[in-house]
Amino acid sequence: MGSIFQIILQRLALGVITLLIVSMVIFVAVNALPGDFAQAILGQGATDEAVAQIRADLGLDQNYFMRYFSWLGNVVTGNLGISFAQMNFASNMGGDQLVGVVEQIAPRFKATMFLAGVTAMFAVPISITLGVLAALYRNSIFDRAVNITTLSSISSPEFFLAYILILVLAVLNPIFPSLSNVYEGMALGEKLNRTMLPALTLTLVVTAHMMRMTRAAIINLLASPYIEMARLKGISPMRVIVRHALPNALAPIINVIALNLAYLITGVVVVEVVFVYPGIGQLFVDSVKIRDIPVVQACCLIFAAAYILLNLMADILSILSNPRLRHPK
Amino acid sequence: MSWLMNLIFLLIVAAVVAWVFRFAGQKITGNKPFFRDMPFAVAFGYVVGLLVLIGAVSYYFRPVEVNGVPAAGVIFFRWAVQGFIGFAIAAYLFRLFGRTVGTSGTRKLFRAMPLTAAFGVLVILIYALVSIFAGSIAPYGQEEIFANANIVPGGNPMMGGDPNFPLGTDQIGRDIYSRLIYGAQNTVGIAFATTCLAFFVGGSLGFLAAIVGGWLDQILSRAVDVLMAIPALIFALLLMTIASVWSNQLGIDRTIFMILIIAMIDSTRVYRLARAVGQNIVVMDYIEAAKLRGEGMGYLIFKEILPNATAPLLAEFGLRFCFVFLTIASLSFLGVGIQPPLADWGTMVKDLSQFINFAAFAPNVATAPLLAAGAIALLTVAVNFVVDWMLHKSSGLKD
Repeated sequence: MGSIFQIILQRLALGVITLLIVSMVIFVAVNALPGDFAQAILGQGATDEAVAQIRADLGLDQNYFMRYFSWLGNVVTGNLGISFAQMNFASNMGGDQLVGVVEQIAPRFKATMFLAGVTAMFAVPISITLGVLAALYRNSIFDRAVNITTLSSISSPEFFLAYILILVLAVLNPIFPSLSNVYEGMALGEKLNRTMLPALTLTLVVTAHMMRMTRAAIINLLASPYIEMARLKGISPMRVIVRHALPNALAPIINVIALNLAYLITGVVVVEVVFVYPGIGQLFVDSVKIRDIPVVQACCLIFAAAYILLNLMADILSILSNPRLRHPK
Repeated sequence: MSWLMNLIFLLIVAAVVAWVFRFAGQKITGNKPFFRDMPFAVAFGYVVGLLVLIGAVSYYFRPVEVNGVPAAGVIFFRWAVQGFIGFAIAAYLFRLFGRTVGTSGTRKLFRAMPLTAAFGVLVILIYALVSIFAGSIAPYGQEEIFANANIVPGGNPMMGGDPNFPLGTDQIGRDIYSRLIYGAQNTVGIAFATTCLAFFVGGSLGFLAAIVGGWLDQILSRAVDVLMAIPALIFALLLMTIASVWSNQLGIDRTIFMILIIAMIDSTRVYRLARAVGQNIVVMDYIEAAKLRGEGMGYLIFKEILPNATAPLLAEFGLRFCFVFLTIASLSFLGVGIQPPLADWGTMVKDLSQFINFAAFAPNVATAPLLAAGAIALLTVAVNFVVDWMLHKSSGLKD
């Protein structure tokens, strides 16, 4: 058992190191901006004293290394800075109750997690069922129809699927609202109702991939001798797959599910924009457009961290489920 | 919730009919193996499929207009079905054409081709032709602005259309049909150039790492690992933010920055594959022989390794093109990709998207954004079908 913990610890350490290097990449990228933040905040008509004041406030007069480490220290202690939009508002309107980036992101992060959770709740059972059925009736009309449909939905852009769903389920048959303006303190039923269309769009995108991998994993196993044995015993095909093939195919399937949840993070940006869902992706795109660097930086870091974490989880789960990987040569 | 009750009721009916169908089949055919060994689930599947087919056909022939109000659902369904059948017939005819015309090699290729792959090849050919000859096909220029904005598609003056603009004009009066055609040139052309750049950079570096090995391989591979740890779209958005500031200051077009950024991000994925494929080839004897002959690095990469790595790289090229194309479309859709006045499908979808809300009473109006989005989807689906077929063929998978 000791070796398993060792491997997991190794992977975790590797993940932390990756995250550190990624934070460095993000820091360097942001600091490749021409001019500096002070000018970006104040705009063109800024006086020299004001620029110098803000530079000193933000610590821009220090060298790169010091700034990186102070930024990193702030990030670790949960201080992601204050957005330019907030600073601008404060300097123009004279307010002094600044809302930090953390307070801005927190509710949106929760909303995105809710969306991802609802999506996973639909996508995982549907894709496994479809994958098992497609493996069971492989090369039939059903298999081919599912294959063509999933291949088409993987390859379409997310916004195409989103608008088709809006057209069918919101405009032509008003079942769900096309704007998902959820807010905190909303009743769960209403929240689910409004989240339904973005969740369905993401489900379409993710299900296709998971279902194809489930099918491939099961078909891969069907050639093995113990399946042949089970068949010769006279068990029904459904039982062969559910009792004998599926448990052994679970490892690659779990791996694919984790990887697809990681993919959800990227897909969520476009879908949130289409449905005006108040998640972190929407905030990210809005900040990109107005070049609100602190928010962009923070969102980027969160996306990267979630992505690395989910990939790490896929890695660890596949090691745990496969005894051969537990004992590296 | 009434539709849910109806659905459950229909499923129960289907289950009963399925049982009767199997039972009757067994009795009538005298227990033929087809019916005798049929699991209940299969019978149920047949019945549900039949029900869906009946429902679709009856929905298709519902009246288009009820009391002067257009039944939008029926109209959209007819368009979808007509498009689907039209493409299926076109793909079939194209495959038939390929089987009878051409050299024996191409005829053989077409004979073993599934319909989906024929459809893919046909669509790719059409897109290539349209994007090359966009200037002579499009009736107007992509930046030409006309006096009448927001002309409704359909070309019917009674409905607010104009026969001169078959797909109408957009919010500032540019012809949508011409912009769709130019969009093929811009979006597909830029995506193609980006993919080529990504392949050139990623492929050469990957092969170089495979040949040289050692510290160069280590440095490149670790750098690629780090870049791949950031989700592609997120990284592209971050870099585009910075590029937009740079492009204002340097006066260089933002589109060029976008090409470089996306090529950089995607070349990491190409590098991975090229290195893996290259490492399998480098250990071959003929590479050793070439090295002993004293051939240079360029010769080794382009004359010895590349010809032997074409098949996997070609399939990867198709998939990579799809990714690049979708990333560019998504960036443009989010407003930071290809910049106006260049016509581009992603931007068109974003600009015209609000017209979808009019679909219920004016189906024509909603077609413009869907056509632009559909144009993107059609090409990526087509490329994926072709790649799927190529992979299937080269892997020799039959099951």
